[in-house]
Amino acid sequence: MRKFYTLLSREVRSYFYSPIAYIVLVFFLLVSGVDFYFQISFMNQRPVPYSVQEAFFNSVFFWFAFVLIFPLITMRLFAEEFKLGTIEPLMTAPVRDWQVVLSKFFGGLVFYIILWVPTAFYFAIFQYIAGRPAAGSIGAYWGSYLMLLLVGMFYLSVGCFASVLTKNQIIAAIISFCAITLLFFLGLVQFILLDVSSATRDLLGYFSALEHMGTFSRGVIDTRPIVLYLSMTVVMLTLTHQAFQSRKWRL
Amino acid sequence: MIRVENLTKRYAGQAAIRDLNFEVGKGEIMGFLGPNGAGKTTTMRILAGFMPATSGRASIAGFDIFEQSLQARTRLGYMPENVPLYGDMRVTEYLDYRAALKGVPHRRIAERVGDVKELCGVKDVEKKIIGALSKGYRQRVGLADALLHEPDLLILDEPTIGLDPNQIRQVRELIKNLGRQHTILLSTHILPEVEMTCSRVTIIHKGRIEACDTPENLLGKLRQAGGVVLEAKVGKDNGAEELKKISAVRDVTTDVDGEWNVFSLRVESGADVREEVFRLATARHWTVRELTQRRATLEDVFVEITHADEV
Repeated sequence: MRKFYTLLSREVRSYFYSPIAYIVLVFFLLVSGVDFYFQISFMNQRPVPYSVQEAFFNSVFFWFAFVLIFPLITMRLFAEEFKLGTIEPLMTAPVRDWQVVLSKFFGGLVFYIILWVPTAFYFAIFQYIAGRPAAGSIGAYWGSYLMLLLVGMFYLSVGCFASVLTKNQIIAAIISFCAITLLFFLGLVQFILLDVSSATRDLLGYFSALEHMGTFSRGVIDTRPIVLYLSMTVVMLTLTHQAFQSRKWRL
Repeated sequence: MIRVENLTKRYAGQAAIRDLNFEVGKGEIMGFLGPNGAGKTTTMRILAGFMPATSGRASIAGFDIFEQSLQARTRLGYMPENVPLYGDMRVTEYLDYRAALKGVPHRRIAERVGDVKELCGVKDVEKKIIGALSKGYRQRVGLADALLHEPDLLILDEPTIGLDPNQIRQVRELIKNLGRQHTILLSTHILPEVEMTCSRVTIIHKGRIEACDTPENLLGKLRQAGGVVLEAKVGKDNGAEELKKISAVRDVTTDVDGEWNVFSLRVESGADVREEVFRLATARHWTVRELTQRRATLEDVFVEITHADEV
């Protein structure tokens, strides 16, 4: 456990050694800040049947930034170690493969969480200035952030897998970007399948991050997406572990 | 300390090393010698637990490197070729991280990191970012890393490559001193290094062990075929023909250096023909500026062994 913690702390710190972390942070704060501003100014013009918080987590801006950040967070995880050769001292130290894989995944997750922390202040500031809460209920915050965490874990594990496949960070980023975009748009296909049987639409709906976020940001905690994202994360991490181990035999 | 049995590694069907068998005893400094692509790095990577062998077994301090990889890895310090390091960390920070990773107890980390920094001479750059260090310092940080957990065995892949002569000397001294407490397996293609530091030498060529002995014994084998070099002005004489008349001389090759002739004499084993050469030279009134017994070096052993099949 101590070795895992050592690895994890290096992973998290290493984000802040490179300018990438700051670029991602700035880009993300910019997009989410603009999103927040637009939602509020839009709501100032006419009455809407949803809260500020719901609007924020379901806008086009939000999803645009959301899909983009995963490749940026995960591309370097394994690819950089392969490229620099630092994988050699790492794997000849007495550490287990799964410790390395999990530390990289959780390192990415910690950075991802750090990315989201400032958005909580948006709602606090809104409440302070507007004098009323940004969400219908406290549960709506919990739901939104829980869904962020769940989808985030799944997409991060996809990014981990992409990164373990290559020693080129750009290739890793492109693979994970394509995979995550595909996964995301799979959930949108239901909207163009108007004339198809509702079973197909329902099935696709189960995979729709958009729909899940819609539900969770109203404060409705549905267990189906929780099981889906947790199990998919485990599957992707298992694949990552397998690919990481097979590297030894391909060398 | 190291026991290697029938170790074979194939890359895409091509054997990088074939049926290696050797042992390194406790306290030995074993030099791994061979041309580029001979299989040195492959062997060391397998021993360090970085990749598995195709067949055969190897153990470190009694632990099978594949079955008990973690225990074996705990007992060795490995410095890979070209010393890959995290360029974005500071020296002390990196060593602290590596010490924790290698299971050095928490309260001993500061002490161990301090010790290896002292030992490897990286104290004066301890606060620098590794990416900004010179090659020589990076090499020493790599060596410090390998020593952190006081391993029984050190595996050093080309520890002096890319260093300037002063640094090479320092690293060599360091290795020699380390040899008092650690077993060391090092690879190199710098031959004097092996002669100076190693207690045993394994010459590996095309994935096979061609020779394994002490440097003295390897040289002894060659010394039999040693020779004499004579530089002289011989006037109108045919120097080579005259020299061949000396009974122990087997063969003479001639080079010309201005008006001087440089004769290299191959003589029969054990014979010292310098006296006879001198007499011949005085008798024929040759002007001599050099007459030396040529010492065989490991380089000769190396060249002879690694070229044997090409001739």
